[in-house]
Amino acid sequence: MIAELTQQAAFPKHLLDFQGWNRKHIEDLFETAKLMQEVLSRPVKKVPALTGFTVATVFFENSTRTRLSFELAARRMSADVLSFSAATSSLAKGESYKDTLLTLDAMGIDAYVIRSDAAGMPHQAARWLGKPIINAGDGWRAHPTQALLDAFSLLERLGSLEGKKIAIVGDILHSRVARSGAELLPMLGAEVWLCGPATLLPGGLPNVTMTTHLRQALQDADAVMALRLQRERMDKGLLPSEPEYVAGYQITQERLGWAKPGALLLHPGPMNRDVELEGTLAEAAQSLIERQVANGQAVRMAVLYHLLVGRKGA
Amino acid sequence: MQGEILLKNVRLVDASGERGPADVLIGEGKILALDGGNAQRTLDAGGLILCPGFFDPHAHLREPGQEVKENLETGLTAAARGGYTDVVSMPNTTPPVDQPEVVAALIKKARQIGQARLHPAAALTQGQEGKLLTEAKLLKEAGAVMLTDDGKTNEDAGVLALGLTYAASWGLPVAVHAEDAGLRRGGVMNEGPVSFRLGLPGNPAAAEAARIARDLEILSYVLERPAQDARLHIQHLSTARGLELIRRARARGLPVTAEVAPHHLTLTDERLESLDPVYKVAPPLRTQTDREALIRGLLEGSIDCIGTDHAPHTQAEKEQDLLRAPFGIPSLEVAFPLLYTELCLKQGFPLATLIERFTDGPRRVLGFRPIRLEEGHEASLTLLDPNSERAVDPTHFASKAKFSPWAGWRLSGWPVMTLVEGREVFVHPSLTVGA
Repeated sequence: MIAELTQQAAFPKHLLDFQGWNRKHIEDLFETAKLMQEVLSRPVKKVPALTGFTVATVFFENSTRTRLSFELAARRMSADVLSFSAATSSLAKGESYKDTLLTLDAMGIDAYVIRSDAAGMPHQAARWLGKPIINAGDGWRAHPTQALLDAFSLLERLGSLEGKKIAIVGDILHSRVARSGAELLPMLGAEVWLCGPATLLPGGLPNVTMTTHLRQALQDADAVMALRLQRERMDKGLLPSEPEYVAGYQITQERLGWAKPGALLLHPGPMNRDVELEGTLAEAAQSLIERQVANGQAVRMAVLYHLLVGRKGA
Repeated sequence: MQGEILLKNVRLVDASGERGPADVLIGEGKILALDGGNAQRTLDAGGLILCPGFFDPHAHLREPGQEVKENLETGLTAAARGGYTDVVSMPNTTPPVDQPEVVAALIKKARQIGQARLHPAAALTQGQEGKLLTEAKLLKEAGAVMLTDDGKTNEDAGVLALGLTYAASWGLPVAVHAEDAGLRRGGVMNEGPVSFRLGLPGNPAAAEAARIARDLEILSYVLERPAQDARLHIQHLSTARGLELIRRARARGLPVTAEVAPHHLTLTDERLESLDPVYKVAPPLRTQTDREALIRGLLEGSIDCIGTDHAPHTQAEKEQDLLRAPFGIPSLEVAFPLLYTELCLKQGFPLATLIERFTDGPRRVLGFRPIRLEEGHEASLTLLDPNSERAVDPTHFASKAKFSPWAGWRLSGWPVMTLVEGREVFVHPSLTVGA
């Protein structure tokens, strides 16, 4: 496996977003993710690939699935994992983010997985620390591993994304998943449509089409991704009410009929059942929701592997 | 004639244009002669530019209360190094400067420091709470030159109307940070394609324009009342739309003035692509279109002057993420060389006009007499070196804030000497003043 990987393209040092990444990098990463899927299908789901490396998961913002997914991914490659949460740390005593990170760094960390409620925090870390940084979500800006696992899950079913229409529906303005998807999916040849209430659509993102009309977005789509409706947006007056959203933008069986027959359905979670999606759709045959979670681990194993080991000789 | 210092072979430049060369004899705090004379000391300043001392209508010196960021001594020293003989300090300190005793104490302390002269602006409302007016007459007598709630944005239009009306009785201009809080909605950068892409909360140009439109209406309204001397000053203008409103208002004779900050003339929101909080300022860096409009406004005079909006913070504060890092950058020490290099050298902006916007422009806004390069006039002067080039190195700032969006930029036009009433408050080590 290792010999195979060292043949692949030189990787960027960090995964902060997809700046500096190209299609070849992504395709190589997905090849590795397939090997990792095979590892995960074994009775003993562990390989020694990252033995001796220490990965820190630094979460300045709460998360369950992303954190567990990264930590399991690291452990399954035999890395040591240091887990840091803002809530239970010296940050609560007033220590700065920078000092917190420098303290961790003094402990001999080899790579950082960083989640923050603020855009740019992983970039700051990359300026301060000489180690690979993986962005596990920063504010509304980017969540690159989510976009990777979404693309990987779509590729599994569609074979290729070339010319495929993918509609992302919901609160686009505040969605790092939508932004990262809008960056990655066109790189792989997909046509991306972003759709949501006008108050939740940003004024313009490159390489995508934006619309407030759900029918237009779903028309002939190969895949539809619903985003979580963030209820706090209603308190800020961006949405009149949940029923209003459901009436306009909920993905229902009937509305899914506007898309291509058998169009795939995704949701990055956490999901408000019967809000973004008609409840039963989550378990429908065309739903990739469970598959997204499973693939998340394989994709994150591939990312950690490439940033820690695969760069050698780059 | 006997003087203290003779500046030989200077190029005189002021609002009227380039007038040099001259041998300027200075003594008794005044310009004694432009054609030489005897002095205790002599400097051969071949090629250097002598102009009236710079006047900054807008700096945050953080005293009282936030001396960890800056204090009068570091702030006024930074100003002198930047070629400023006079600085207006903003009142949004902790506590706010809203009482005559505080204004008087600040001026007294600044005199003891003996660097650039301090002219405090006082709060328009008590505690900057936007409710009750401050004591304009007593504040003026104590030395305040302007009233403003600055960072607070005068949400209550009625209070601003009262403030403009009342301040007019005592000859004080009212300055506003024109920004509608509702439209801003917590934005940390300009709203537009860059903020949308970066997923950062945006502050639209409309937040500034809408507020300027409102404030101009208030100004029109108070001028119809017994407040004919009311003057409104728009601080740190950042948008083309705001500028257009000011231009139209001036065309119909409204007494409104405006300033622009060095960062809005040299940087755009695309700098935020780096996600570096060093570019986080309020109002935010706007687009290239705005930047070009502001340069035109400065050239034609719709914008009266440069206000640095020098806003120092501690390194730790500024090293937070973009949501948490405070707004503001230090700029007293780089403002002139920055604009000389970026506007005059690179874009052909007339030097005399730029100097006017650093000298007479702000003095006019605040009702100060201009400094003339004539015999008998006050020797508060700045000597500039247009020839040598040097990189911005924030670690050498006199300001406590040691960061800068222009770090590493190679600039010319650095101030090499600043004289306040003939007293040398700053002399660059490269200058040798002979006995």
